[in-house]
Amino acid sequence: MAHQILIRAKVAAGSTTVEALVQHPMDSGFIKDKSGKLIPPHYIEVIEFTHNGRIVLTGFWGPAVSKNPFIKFSFKGGKSGDAIGVSWVDNHGETASATARIA
Amino acid sequence: MAERNASSPSGPRRRQLLAAAGPGAAALLAPGAARAGAAVGANASNYPSKVFRQKTEAAALKLMFGKMPEASAAAKLTAPRIAENGAVVPVIVDATLPGVTTVAIIAKENPFAMACAYRLPPGTSPAISSQVKLAKTTDVVAVFESGGKLFSATKNVKVTLGGCG
Repeated sequence: MAHQILIRAKVAAGSTTVEALVQHPMDSGFIKDKSGKLIPPHYIEVIEFTHNGRIVLTGFWGPAVSKNPFIKFSFKGGKSGDAIGVSWVDNHGETASATARIA
Repeated sequence: MAERNASSPSGPRRRQLLAAAGPGAAALLAPGAARAGAAVGANASNYPSKVFRQKTEAAALKLMFGKMPEASAAAKLTAPRIAENGAVVPVIVDATLPGVTTVAIIAKENPFAMACAYRLPPGTSPAISSQVKLAKTTDVVAVFESGGKLFSATKNVKVTLGGCG
């Protein structure tokens, strides 16, 4: 299954803002499918953002984070062209990652 | 413009992982070794899986921080007063506290209270936007760890359509 991550980053006034849209079902384990069977939990546990290889944010997510979640944060520093990375691992051990350049 | 790139483990490797992890909830307890190849760095093995299975705010916070927060005007939480769809509730946290190292977002009435938590290295702003699911009308609590102390902001969100089943 393809797990796409859309990520972009912009620097303004010495601070870089990162936005990411993460494609993932984020099944909580509490929702039933059409036949009444519980859909087993399947969600991202750890998501990590890096700037030129240095971690700038680590997120620990539980099943209560929304499907295809959006996240936005900012950190001091960064300049146009720097590398921003994102990667995650879910409770099935699946992973995905993406990179972007600061605009 | 962003480069787009999606990857997932090759089929066989994923199946090996699943086999190693066993069915159902046991996947949560997958040993560190099974994740050694993951793209996420050292923090992956720090996932506080037990915190995310506590049913109450107090139990989750005690396990994660070993203490309870005090309400503070320096802690900020922005969420809709009424959420028509509990499956996607935008929550924005922010704080005017110095040196915030951890932010946790809690939905008191959810089956598991802890929704998500963030670790902030120096230089990262405590202002974070994300989206959570709310099972029903609930107090949402943002907890900030700063200088070894915990500060919180609380907001009640009315949910018309639950997001947890």
